[in-house]
Amino acid sequence: MRNMVIVGSGPAAFTAAIYASRAGLQPLLVASSVEVGGELMNTTEVENFPGFPEGILGPELMTKFQAQAERFGTEVEVEDVVDLDLEGPVKRVRLGAGTVHECATVVFATGSAYRKLGLEEEERLSGHGLSWCATCDGFFFRGKTIAVVGGGDSAMEEATFLTRFAERVYVVHRRDTLRASHIMQQRAFDDPKITFVWNSEVTAVLGETAVTGVTLRDTATGEHSDLTLDGLFVAIGHDPRTHLVHGKVDLTSEGTIAVQGRSSRTSVDGVFAAGDVVDPHYRQAITAAGSGAVAALDAETYLSALASPVLTDEAEPSTVTSEDDVALASTT
Amino acid sequence: MATRASDASTFDHDVLQSEKVVLVDFWAEWCGPCRALGPVLDQLADDLDDKLDVVKINVDHNPGLALRYQITSMPVMKIFRGGEVVHTIIGAKPRPTIENEIAAYLS
Repeated sequence: MRNMVIVGSGPAAFTAAIYASRAGLQPLLVASSVEVGGELMNTTEVENFPGFPEGILGPELMTKFQAQAERFGTEVEVEDVVDLDLEGPVKRVRLGAGTVHECATVVFATGSAYRKLGLEEEERLSGHGLSWCATCDGFFFRGKTIAVVGGGDSAMEEATFLTRFAERVYVVHRRDTLRASHIMQQRAFDDPKITFVWNSEVTAVLGETAVTGVTLRDTATGEHSDLTLDGLFVAIGHDPRTHLVHGKVDLTSEGTIAVQGRSSRTSVDGVFAAGDVVDPHYRQAITAAGSGAVAALDAETYLSALASPVLTDEAEPSTVTSEDDVALASTT
Repeated sequence: MATRASDASTFDHDVLQSEKVVLVDFWAEWCGPCRALGPVLDQLADDLDDKLDVVKINVDHNPGLALRYQITSMPVMKIFRGGEVVHTIIGAKPRPTIENEIAAYLS
């Protein structure tokens, strides 16, 4: 049986792997077959990760995370987890190919997935002018007119990035102010190719075989209007990727995995969660990395409590462990 | 056969005139999900060697082919049989999903 299986491959998962492998736990990290590296794989320049004063490309940063984790003995498997059995002291992680890994702890760091507009035509037009990945698809809109939906950092990053290709970029936002950080807003405001469309909601994406425009509803007056476009990029937020643990660990009202206080401990002993899957607010590479470190340290404490004969039911609680650790140890 | 890189000059031979079903992967260096998909397709090419060819088209070097097949999103996989596109898979998908989607064309 393994000490730890980490599910995920973003900054949280790899930081947990770095800490756990340095602690000698020889973790296995299941990275997923096609989403290795998580969210940063779809970004360009990362300018706010400390230690890289000149900035670093998202995919390059993830390569470094992985190299650092592997240097200390993390095993990385590029596969998809299809089922988790989290009950009891032995957890089972089932992979797409049928392999089952048994382990004492699971660190769950599956991040979040792009939120969809929730429109019928989305499926049909996705990949035909409707996109969630500016760095993947921007290239195909050279000289075209496109729109980005959203008002956060990722919407501003996409809009600014897309001006490299597009002739004109509309930013469609439901409100009249942006959620994005000041520097990202300013960059977008200063860009002559970007035009803001405030107080507007996309109610329909137009086009039979490819995007030809959108219908917008003015959130103040309720009036509808059409905007002619060649492409639409959606950046309206993310939803935590929790489908593998539905009904198995407690979730918050926001849909993230519930953790105890500032720890990574979920409602199930031996199961720890970190990164965007627990965090609906901050969602930064650095905060995810920080919470990955927390998860590894929590798991380490849990594992040593399991191994320690001092922490059996009959024994006096040790003064150096917290009440929570004793509670965990006595229930296992 | 392993995955093969093709371009405008070899596309007819590698894809359109192929006796086998061909999965054409339109990709680029700068597309993160495309790079993640690469190893999945390499594996698929090795395992389905007798039935399927996997051909990679770098859209940066082959804008004409990208235009001809109306590529507006990446990664995208086009399945060719007898020189015709019979199916399109959009986005990086796990191997079982890709296998399911192409199964019908391999028989």
